[in-house]
Order: sequence, then C-alpha cells, then structure tokens
Amino acid sequence: MKFRHLLATTGIVAAFAATSTAAQTLVYCSEGSPEGFDPALYTSGTTFDASSHTVYNQLVEFQTGTTNVVPGLAESYEASEDGLSYTFTLRPDVQFHSNDLFTPSRPLNADDVIYTFERQMVEGWNGEYFNSMGMGDLIDSIEKVDDMTVRFNLTRPEAPFIANLAMDFASIVSKEYADAMAEAGTPEMLNQRPIGTGPFNFQDYQTDAVIRYAANENYWEDDIPKVDNLVFAITPDASVRLQRLQAGECHVMPYPNPADIDSIRSNTELELKEQEGLNVGYLAFNTTQEPFDNPVVRRAINMAIDRDAIIDVVFQGTGRVAKNPIPPTMWSYNDAVEDYPYDPEQARQMLEEAGVTDLSMNVWAMPVQRPYNPNARRMAELIQEDLSEVGVDVEVVSYEWGEYLERSSELDRDGAVLLGWTGDNGDPDNFLGVLLSCDGVGGANRAQWCHEPFDELILEAKTLTDQADRAQLYEEAQVVFKEQAPWVTIAHSTVFMPVRAEVEDYIVHPLGGHIFDDVSLAE
Amino acid sequence: MLKYILSRLITFVPTFLGVTLISFAFIRVLPGDPIIVMAGERGMTEERYQELLQRFGYDQPLWRQFWDYFTGVLQGDLGTSFVTNRPVWGEFFTLFPATLELSICAMIFAVVLGIPAGVIAAVYRGKFFDRALMSTALVGYSMPIFWWALLLIIVVSGWLGWTPVSGRMGLLYFFDDVTGFMLIDSLLSGQEGAFASAVHHLILPSIVLGTIPLAVIARQTRSAMLEVLSEDYIRTARAKGLSASRVNGLHALRNAMIPVITVIGLSVGTLMAGAILTETIFSWPGIGKWMVDSIFRRDYPVVQGGLLLIALIVMLVNLTVDILYGFINPKIRKR
Repeated sequence: MKFRHLLATTGIVAAFAATSTAAQTLVYCSEGSPEGFDPALYTSGTTFDASSHTVYNQLVEFQTGTTNVVPGLAESYEASEDGLSYTFTLRPDVQFHSNDLFTPSRPLNADDVIYTFERQMVEGWNGEYFNSMGMGDLIDSIEKVDDMTVRFNLTRPEAPFIANLAMDFASIVSKEYADAMAEAGTPEMLNQRPIGTGPFNFQDYQTDAVIRYAANENYWEDDIPKVDNLVFAITPDASVRLQRLQAGECHVMPYPNPADIDSIRSNTELELKEQEGLNVGYLAFNTTQEPFDNPVVRRAINMAIDRDAIIDVVFQGTGRVAKNPIPPTMWSYNDAVEDYPYDPEQARQMLEEAGVTDLSMNVWAMPVQRPYNPNARRMAELIQEDLSEVGVDVEVVSYEWGEYLERSSELDRDGAVLLGWTGDNGDPDNFLGVLLSCDGVGGANRAQWCHEPFDELILEAKTLTDQADRAQLYEEAQVVFKEQAPWVTIAHSTVFMPVRAEVEDYIVHPLGGHIFDDVSLAE
Repeated sequence: MLKYILSRLITFVPTFLGVTLISFAFIRVLPGDPIIVMAGERGMTEERYQELLQRFGYDQPLWRQFWDYFTGVLQGDLGTSFVTNRPVWGEFFTLFPATLELSICAMIFAVVLGIPAGVIAAVYRGKFFDRALMSTALVGYSMPIFWWALLLIIVVSGWLGWTPVSGRMGLLYFFDDVTGFMLIDSLLSGQEGAFASAVHHLILPSIVLGTIPLAVIARQTRSAMLEVLSEDYIRTARAKGLSASRVNGLHALRNAMIPVITVIGLSVGTLMAGAILTETIFSWPGIGKWMVDSIFRRDYPVVQGGLLLIALIVMLVNLTVDILYGFINPKIRKR
C-alpha cells in the first residue's frame, strides 16, 4: 500500500528519524497482517488489534483486563423496562482523526452512530460478526433522539445486546468521512485508511511489513495514550518474534511457543505476563445417539478421563482443568459446582450398571492448533488410553479442518468430538447459549444436547437486564449442565504475553485483544 | 536465430495454458470448504452459506468458473482478493519488488561464491580443498531452509548482534515507496543510515535463500570445469606453454560456463520456492509470504493469480536463458 504525500503532511518523519530519543515509540511484533482496517468486515483478532483496538472506539467498551462493560463513546445508557429499547447519551466533543484526504468539520454525533449500524443492516452486508451475532434480526430500528442521543429499538428483549455493542464490529466510524470518500469514488479508503476516534491515529501501512500509528493528541480520555508512536512490526514466526524481542527490536510480542515459556521466564530482560484465557476446550458426546443419550454413561466417561494428565502433557502445565462450560474469569462462573473426580474404578462400575459393555467409540481430534487445544491428536490419544482402562475401545479420527467443522455438527454424527470456544464478548450467553442451547443443535451445539430445564434457564436469563438476576440463572444452569454432562469439560488455557522489562502497565486482555492505551516505556 | 526464438515462443503457449489450468485446479483440490473454514467453530446458517457461495461464484459449475477466470486472465484481470478486496494484480506488484530484490541479492551471493569455489575445486581435484568444498556443498544443498534460517538468526543476530533479526528496514526509518526496492528507495530518501540499514537487513535472508543455489552452482561449475579440463584443446593450450591461470581462467572457464548459466536460470524456480519459507521466517513482505497467507485464508483469486504470475516469471526467465544459450552456443540454435 502506497501512501504518497502522507509524510509531507504529518511530520511523523521527524518524530521517527530525528528526534526518536525524545518521542516514545512502542513496537509490537504482531503475528500477522491485518486483512483490512474496517473491523466490521472481518473476524480475526489480528485485524482487530490493528483497527478496533487502536483506531476506533465503541459506544461501550470492555475494561482492559476484564470482561466488564464500561462507558466508551456513550457516557451512559438506559434500558427501557421491557428491555426493548436502549438509549445512549454520547460523550460530547469527541474528535475524529484527520488525514490528508479528510478533516472532520464536527465532533462525533448521533449521525455517526446511526450510520455505523445502518450500513451493516442492509441486505447482503458482508460482515461476518454482525450477521452471526444475529444483530440484523435483533435491531428493529435506530432513532436519533437529538444530536447527542441515540435510541436502539429491539425486536425482543436481549441482555447480551450491550456486550455485543462493545465488540469490534460495533466500532463507530465517521459518517462524514464515509460520505466524503463515497463522493470521491473511493469508498474503499474506509477499509484502507481508517478514520476513528481511538487513542491512535493511523499513519501508514506497508503491506505485510509495518503499520504505524501516532498518538491521538485530542483523545477524549485524559493522559491516554502514554506513548507518542505505536508501530506494529509484522513477524509471523513465533521463534523469530522472540528473537526480535530479546534483541530489543520490539517491546511486546503475542503467542510465544509453549516450549519457550521457561526460557522467557528466566530471562531478566523480559517479563512474562499471563492470564487465563476466555476459552474452554471440551469433548462433546452426541447425546442423541446410544449409549450417550444416557447421562450415566456420560458421567462415567467424565470420571474415566485423567484431565490433570492432559494439562501436564498437552498444555505443558500452562492451563487449568475445566469444570464448567464457561471460564472462571467470566461473571456468573459457579465455583460451587462439584467436578467429577478421576475414578476409573467407579466409572467402570457405572458403565456396567448402565448395561454398557464392549463399548467402542470414535474420538474426533481436530487437525489444527487452537488456543483451547494446542494438540488435539495427543489429547485424543491420552483419552484413548484412559478409556481403554475402563473397557471402552476408542478409535481416534480426524478430518481436514473445514470437513471437521461441518461433519462434527451433523445430527447423526458418531462418538465424541474434541472442540472448544473462545469468547467474543464476555457474556455467559456467548458460551451457554451458543454452544448448549436447543437452538444450536445441528450447528455450534456439537453435543446435539437439547435439555429443557437448561434451555429454559438460559432463555430466561437472556431477557433480564439486571446482571445479578442473570448471574443467578446462569449459576443454576451450570449445575444442570454438570449433572447432565453433555461434555467432558477439559481445560481453560493460559494466555502468555512476553514483554520487555521496560514496558510498563501492559495488561493481558482476557478477550484476546492486544491493547496499548495505557502502556508506557520506562526511561 | 529468429526461427530459434520463434520455436521457443511457440512452446510457451501450451505451457501457459497448462499453468492457468493447474493454478485454477490447485486450490480447489485442497480439501476443505473455504466458507466453512471462514466461519470456524461458530458455523453459519444455510441461508448465509448459500449467499456467500453465490458471492464468490462457487455456485457455478467448475467449467464455468474456469472459463470466467481464463477469459479474465486473457484480458489482464486476475480478479480481486476475497479478503482485502483489492485487485490481485495490484497486490502482486506492490510486493514483488521485495521478492525480486531478495532473489537478486541471493543470486549474487550464490554466483560470486559458487563459481570461484567450483573452479578451485576442479583445479585441485581430489585434494583436501576439493573434498571439503564438495561436502560443504552437499550439506548446503540438503539444508532445511527453516532450520538454517533460525540457526543463523540465533547465532548472528541473537548472540553476536551483527545483523537485525528480521524485517526489511530499521523501524526508525520511514519513507515513501518509490521503486519498491529498499536499496534504491533508501538512497532516494536521503535519510542518513537508511541504506546501511537496508543492506544489514538483506544479509541473512540473502545467505539463507542463496545457500541452495550456491551449492548447486559450485557443484555444477566443478563438474563442467573437470569435463572441459580433460578436453584436447586444453591439453594443447597447456602444451604450448600457457600459464595455468590463463588455461583455467580463459579457455576452460569460458566453455564451462555454458551449463552453469543453464543451472543459474533453473535456480530461479528454486529461489521462488525458497522465498516462501525465507520470507515467512524473516518477516520479509514479498510474494512468498503473501501466497502462504492466502492459502491459509483460502483466498482463491490470490492463490490462483499469484501462482500464475510466479509461473509466468519462471517461464520468462527460462525463455530468456534459452535464448541467451542460443547466442552463446551456436550448436544449439542449429538443432
């Protein structure tokens, strides 16, 4: 991507080349190239880091390091009593960035918010997240109450709506910029040279190599960002990223190789930040097929698998055994749920009592590495070994990833499937509703598990607006889940971020994004 | 000579057709539905699936998809990336200079070291130097690029700190792309130290990418030299009292160069394949890394368009070598 004339207008050259001693430049060795800079069009975290987490803001945002939703471009919001409408009051005097193509004539107002969503509500919109979160069906209309007030009218009460608005696809874009670019016949500039309200002002992208940002000096939050320049040095190989970090070519890197964790810990120039990931890895039975339609059999298998050994071998100790389908960092996590102990003896007995003898089954192992399962093949082999102890004969099967995803959701699929989930918006419904509701059967509900008492709880929780009330229902739902055991909950993995020692206040974000608003460099 | 060039050009046509077909088929025989992979664990509704199928044109029969692609190619339209929505053509030419610059430097490294090494080995045939050189060449030839690159990074950049770990240019330098060649652009920018930084960044990737061609060229030079050195006219040259350096350097090397040039031409294909790994490791923003990303993203237009362009370049280089060969060796063009 060539952005001629950019340099002449920005003065960033001086910042980089001559006075780099005075200006603080934070370099992040990112893992890949962004697909573009319009977060509404894409689904990958790499793209979000380069766009929604730097250039943009949302009406409400996730507080860094938590899944709590806090005010963003909206100072406050109010839900109507029936839960059918949400009214947002916008923050005054929020300035959009400018570049050599565009200078905003006014601060953020309701038109920008309405434009942001209405462009996605059109038929055939190509943004995967907006569509897959069902936003098109959920939003009935968006009203401009006045210049600084916007009301969303919903077709049904849905509590996770607020968390959805904190997601990347809901980043607020400038209507004025979109109009100007449409008029100039270059609407693609929205995706190539983003204009937002975020802490960093997009400067330049050299395809596959470097992305440059300058601090937004007019940022609406005081004293943010802390550094003057932010640079993404795209470095796809994890070993090379680590070498660059050690050599001081960058300050922060994501996704280290698990094998390097120990050496990073022992390096005094580096610091290893860690945080439990917002994910879960599981083994899902097909609860519509014999003998897995019987909860006793499912419980027995739960007790036959040594998950501590899996954490040691597959996760090399960097994770924890899961007992609930939602991760412990998420609100409404029910710590009182009692996990199944590892007890092959009792498991064998339970299988016998259920009349299950000579059981042979398939265990599906994913062909790819995912955050919630770094080595599914190895995990499946461990499960195979454990189950042979209780007289269950396991065959490990695998397919190409696309095939795997497709076949594993088929209703008459055999055996049990290894899979997992990484949360999108920190809302329990994003796990329990997506993965375990009757609605998800034949789709993301790989256990094909439709259990009415559970379904009623999560459907009701979705309609309430009070978080404490919702949490109570979700806690109950987790008890039902455990008792019914449609999955073997296996693990929540840990996310590691090595940073250089001079990096201050970097917080690992549980939702997986990499956020540099508060980060500074020690002199 | 004209007839010879024409006959080479005519063979170009079926090769081009074949490459178009292969580049089209290649990504489609990979298992996995790109739309399902795109949706990931979440999955998507049947309605949405059909909509995307239609958008990407996959609902058409294969022959139809190929026809659309082929007629597009003939009109110079390689399609638009599914992911970035930018023309494949444009993306290719933004990134190609980086690959070309790296390949040229790698080739210079291979030729400058490979030819003298081969000559010396041939002259001292069977001696220690010859054996040492040829076993090193064998090691170089069988070296896994990935491992070799990481080893060099760890030792040269990590322990010794002599070169940067990866990238094309120090992050402190920031200037506009003019030619896309960092060595030239850094000079044009007038920024102090930028050119040195570009050179520094080129050293390790050039060594890594040039290692296999270096080994091949050294071995080829040696065997071609040995063959020539046993010819009668060399014996005659020696007999008439010419100095060893004149015999080896002038009479032998000149004739030994013919097969070496062919090998250099053929190495272009090796360089393109090697560039994919080298670029990924060294975070080098060229077409190799671009292709790898596109394969993982199942970005059909980019994969098929990129493959086609790379194949065309290799074909053009081979054609040029063939023609050059005809100039150097009159026997060939008369056949």
